Amino acid sequence: MADAGEIRSYTMNFGPQHPAAHGVLRLVMEMEGETIIRIDPHIGLLHRGTEKLAESKPFNHSIGYMDRLDYVSMMCNEHAYVRAIEQLVGIEPPVRAQWIRTLFDEVTRILNHLMWIGSNALDLGAMAVFLYAFREREELMDCYEAVSGTRMHATYYRPGGVYRDLPAKMIQYKESPWHKGKDLKRMNAWREGSMLDFLDAFAADFQHKVDEYEELLTDNRIWKQRTVDIGIVSPEQAYALGMTGPMLRASGIEWDLRKKQPYAKYAEVDFEIPVGTHGDCYDRYLVRVNEMRQSALIIRQCVDWLKKNPGPVMIENYKVAPPKREDMKESMEALIHWFKLFTEGFSVPAGETYAAVEAPKGEFGCYMISDGANKPFRVHLRAPGFAHLSSINETTKGHMLPDVVAMIGTYDLVFGEVDR
Amino acid sequence: MSQTTPEQLADRLRARFGDAIDNLDVSHAQTTIEVVPSHLVAVCTALRDEAEFRFEQLSDLCGVDFLSFGEGEWKTSEAATSTGFGRGVEGDNVQGRFGWEDRPQHPQFLRRFASVAHLISYEHNVRLRVRCFAPEDALPVLQTLTGVWPSANWYERESFDLYGIVYEGHPDLRRILTDYGFVGHPFRKDFPLIGNVEVRYDPEAKRVVYEPVTSVTPRVTVARVVREDSRWKTARAEAADDWKDN
Repeated sequence: MADAGEIRSYTMNFGPQHPAAHGVLRLVMEMEGETIIRIDPHIGLLHRGTEKLAESKPFNHSIGYMDRLDYVSMMCNEHAYVRAIEQLVGIEPPVRAQWIRTLFDEVTRILNHLMWIGSNALDLGAMAVFLYAFREREELMDCYEAVSGTRMHATYYRPGGVYRDLPAKMIQYKESPWHKGKDLKRMNAWREGSMLDFLDAFAADFQHKVDEYEELLTDNRIWKQRTVDIGIVSPEQAYALGMTGPMLRASGIEWDLRKKQPYAKYAEVDFEIPVGTHGDCYDRYLVRVNEMRQSALIIRQCVDWLKKNPGPVMIENYKVAPPKREDMKESMEALIHWFKLFTEGFSVPAGETYAAVEAPKGEFGCYMISDGANKPFRVHLRAPGFAHLSSINETTKGHMLPDVVAMIGTYDLVFGEVDR
Repeated sequence: MSQTTPEQLADRLRARFGDAIDNLDVSHAQTTIEVVPSHLVAVCTALRDEAEFRFEQLSDLCGVDFLSFGEGEWKTSEAATSTGFGRGVEGDNVQGRFGWEDRPQHPQFLRRFASVAHLISYEHNVRLRVRCFAPEDALPVLQTLTGVWPSANWYERESFDLYGIVYEGHPDLRRILTDYGFVGHPFRKDFPLIGNVEVRYDPEAKRVVYEPVTSVTPRVTVARVVREDSRWKTARAEAADDWKDN
């Protein structure tokens, strides 16, 4: 037995089943008192072998898997994957499809950041933000449902465009014992017109909603005590540790793929890149909150364009995109294309490419090698969360145990993409 | 921040590294180099530090197994028109069903395992792909890049876990994604998709037991077909896939 006054370091286990672990994260922590000496994350508990599964299926069968990687920013993952295919095949989706993708990338960004602000605040003891954030998430998930028929795993982006055009009518709440009369009318107030009308109303109002979250947190004394000066990442560290997205921007590096290497229609929309100065959890919070405001601005610009410019949303190259169902009844060519596409898929020319998008969490990349077959030879998905989590030992060393929770929250981890 | 095009980058790389690079290719507006294994760390250090490259970040690294590259599972020929054919796929061309001895050899890929890194230069706003083939197929060993970019750490662990590529000098080369006590490297092309073992709860032993896979059988729903297609000719000419000729 050592001296009574001596504190020796010991090892503590965190997770994999823990409400603040954001999924299935196991941390083995070496601690001295309440101070972290070393953290060894054990990941892979949600490893499903997505990349190997993608190798075993035709190109267009794996889009749905992408939704299930980072399952709170679904369409952004799809975007990277279909862009990789489009680059290899050498096709370009129609302009309207590119605007729709820009629109839904930003809807997705808000969805993701709402999830993040809610759960991060919840982890640090602020219950209410979660409830407010989910109120808005519900509205945006309805937009997902309106275009794709499903609230989360949309499979909406396809090589050569998007699955179908935006709906002319927004889905409405139906009368029920719980929602009726004035209540129902209020809930459906924005839903009288098309989905674009709804999104426009939502985006216009959203700035006030962000004000509400900010009122709960930005000047909140407890929030600041938990986040200011926690997990400071210097710009050099951010580069070395592979950080991207808000993690990089909060450290003062003005870098956003939407601006620097524009894809879809980002070169034509007007927005700013929020940048932090200090690189701590609080700066990352401010950056993400401002990104939500910018996303709402982008949404309004997209809505504006999309309302004025109808047009095709899928290329008419029937080797990649299915022909119209009506054509199939009349034309032998269309029938053959249809049959080949759904039994065999399409063969992609041999080559390799890396397509990256600015996903809400950082750079989401898809490295794809094709050997000329109808299935990819190798797909590797570069998930931002994987690189971020790998730095946790560097960023939390010397911090207290509760700061680890703040750090996990600020990384914005989702294990679907970390484990793949 | 200046803007460097992939072609400019390729010229600089050619001038700077010469023999240390096996192969240099620009396709889909991306630059790829293939580095001689013994020069890997030296080349990467130069890529990070020298002003004309300045690749501050390694954004991605992964392993690739080139076994069965270009192999279809379902051979069709002109004769099929007269004789007909079944869609069922069997035999040793199915991925994951051939053994080490009867593995198909691609004429252009003489070596099997490669480690592919994606670098990004924030200063020049350009990306670079660095590929390095492991000299040995049976025990692939490559130099680690953790000394150059710390973010290589987990990526190399992942590549080791999934492909069995050993990174010499890595400070902590453990498995990362697979189960505790996992045997084999699951992303290798000769590792079956359904795996080798499955788990179930044994009520008599009162614990979870591992057993050989019996509950599923390997089944190919859509066969893998390599098609030479005139419609992609343009795209293929652009891709100019001469990176395959090691």
